[in-house]
Amino acid sequence: MFKKINNIKQLKLKANEIRQDVVRMLNAAKSGHPAGAIGLADIFSALFFNVLYHDPKNPEWPERDRLILSNGHVCPVLYAALAHTGYFPREELLTLRKLGSRLQGHPHRGSLPGIENSSGPLGQGLSIAVGTAIVAKREKKKWRTYCMMSDGELDEGQCWEAAMLASKHKLGNLTAIVDRNNIQIDGYTEEVMPLEPLAEKFRSFGWNVINVDGHNIKKFIDACEESKAVFEKPTVIIAHTVPGKTISFMEFVAEWHGKSPGDELAKKALEELERERQRILEEDE
Amino acid sequence: MNLIEDIHSPKEWKATREGVGRALVEEGGKNEDIWVLSADVTESTRVHEFAEKFPKRFVQVGVAEQNLAGVAAGIASLGKIAVISAYSVFSPGRNWDQIRVAICYNNVNVKIHGSHSGLNVGPDGASHQALEDIAMMRALPNIIVLAPADALEAKKAMVAALRYKGPVYIRTSRDKTPIFTTETTPFEIGKANVYRDGKDVAIIAHGLQVYQSILAAEELAKEGIDVAVIDCHTIKPLDKETIVEYAKKTGLVVTVEEHQVHGGMGSAVAELLSEYWPTRMKIHGVYDTFGESGECWELLKKYKLDATGIMEVVKEAIEKK
Repeated sequence: MFKKINNIKQLKLKANEIRQDVVRMLNAAKSGHPAGAIGLADIFSALFFNVLYHDPKNPEWPERDRLILSNGHVCPVLYAALAHTGYFPREELLTLRKLGSRLQGHPHRGSLPGIENSSGPLGQGLSIAVGTAIVAKREKKKWRTYCMMSDGELDEGQCWEAAMLASKHKLGNLTAIVDRNNIQIDGYTEEVMPLEPLAEKFRSFGWNVINVDGHNIKKFIDACEESKAVFEKPTVIIAHTVPGKTISFMEFVAEWHGKSPGDELAKKALEELERERQRILEEDE
Repeated sequence: MNLIEDIHSPKEWKATREGVGRALVEEGGKNEDIWVLSADVTESTRVHEFAEKFPKRFVQVGVAEQNLAGVAAGIASLGKIAVISAYSVFSPGRNWDQIRVAICYNNVNVKIHGSHSGLNVGPDGASHQALEDIAMMRALPNIIVLAPADALEAKKAMVAALRYKGPVYIRTSRDKTPIFTTETTPFEIGKANVYRDGKDVAIIAHGLQVYQSILAAEELAKEGIDVAVIDCHTIKPLDKETIVEYAKKTGLVVTVEEHQVHGGMGSAVAELLSEYWPTRMKIHGVYDTFGESGECWELLKKYKLDATGIMEVVKEAIEKK
């Protein structure tokens, strides 16, 4: 099994490295979705290096936790996290979206080790996660299901069909994580299709709700731990994130949902990330 | 092909959905990996007995067909065989994208049981008469498409689907129809059954039109027309060998189905023959219209999908040849 990293500073550095790789990948691919992927780097660092029980050398280990990625377009951050934890060589990251690559533009189960589900069309992941969690609960398995979702995809009715079923079956072994970054393709979520009051919506559907700063790795890990302690309800962690976090020109800018940075801006982004890395290195343990 | 002794006197009538329900109970008792999911149509799609016998492997999702497909994909991703059971108008009618991505692109072991397909649903009317499901399903990669001819064949088809690894769509109907095959009639996915040999014209049908086509062929024989009848229970992949053989032998192929003429089994046969053995064809079915309310057999008569109607269609096709 994978040896977890418990040191927060180390996890921050991993998140920084993942961000740098996402920038390189998207620049090489010349298309893709940077803001969401960059914004999720802290969460993916926490998940893959700390929260999840998994084994990169044995991706099909039956007792592993399942991470269902619903918002498939953020897959560069998943690919980077998989490479950094040893599922496949890091060099392969630069083949993203290219002909013959195992790193498809949206994830494909079966192409790449560590991918639990194919995704792309939004709103489908929570149903798959409910399916795995129902089996695990009825067969008394120890592993958990985590479902990574975007906020924009909550516009899809299917998410709420799945939310009802999770609550019906009291899936305490399911943790959904909503990336609350407030943007979707056409602009800000509260303008395109208001989701608030989001926590109350989930609560009224029978879920345990935890709000957390999605860039605070310690608090995010604590939230995951808390979700494990709630047995009679599924938990949703509403993780408030900044799209494009740590890259100055990308933060909060909706247009960065779905375009590649280009050579010049990629260079600028990598310089900023390197400065951030130096800053983290100087932090106290 | 070991059909019943007197084709004109079937002893038992049953709906094909019954056959599927039977197969699930029998196989479910033998294989603990089989799970069944329903979207609030448990009894009418005949999976209630499975639900009662194996409650730990049954999931009721409510009126939510998109979730139905997704949850099944999740269950199947763990190595289970997940069967989703609903009306064809809703599943795949309403959850095509979930079937496409969560089931077919994931390539997980999910069986989609679409019951109440075709016009024979009757009084419920057009909104409940699935006439497009085959077109929707056969366009997808990784999936097998089955449409059994009677309850006994439906049972064998479901058993075969459960033993096959990968996505399968199995189409059944609501109304009781004669059981004309027997326990010893063969069933193999991808292998069409030739129930009647003939040299003048080949009828290729699926579902309850197979028996009607046999009756039509018997009548046509009295007029000196020698008609072959092929049960095309597997629409994807088509049995190329048998279909091409009969196209060569007869030079006239009439396809018959309770489905739109666009995109159904007829289209599939036309695609196949145009490439391998261009043959004069008549694609018979529902001609780009919605259905309507009426009793099952009234509708089949009106839309010329009963034996008498099929006879007429075949004769017209021969005249035009």
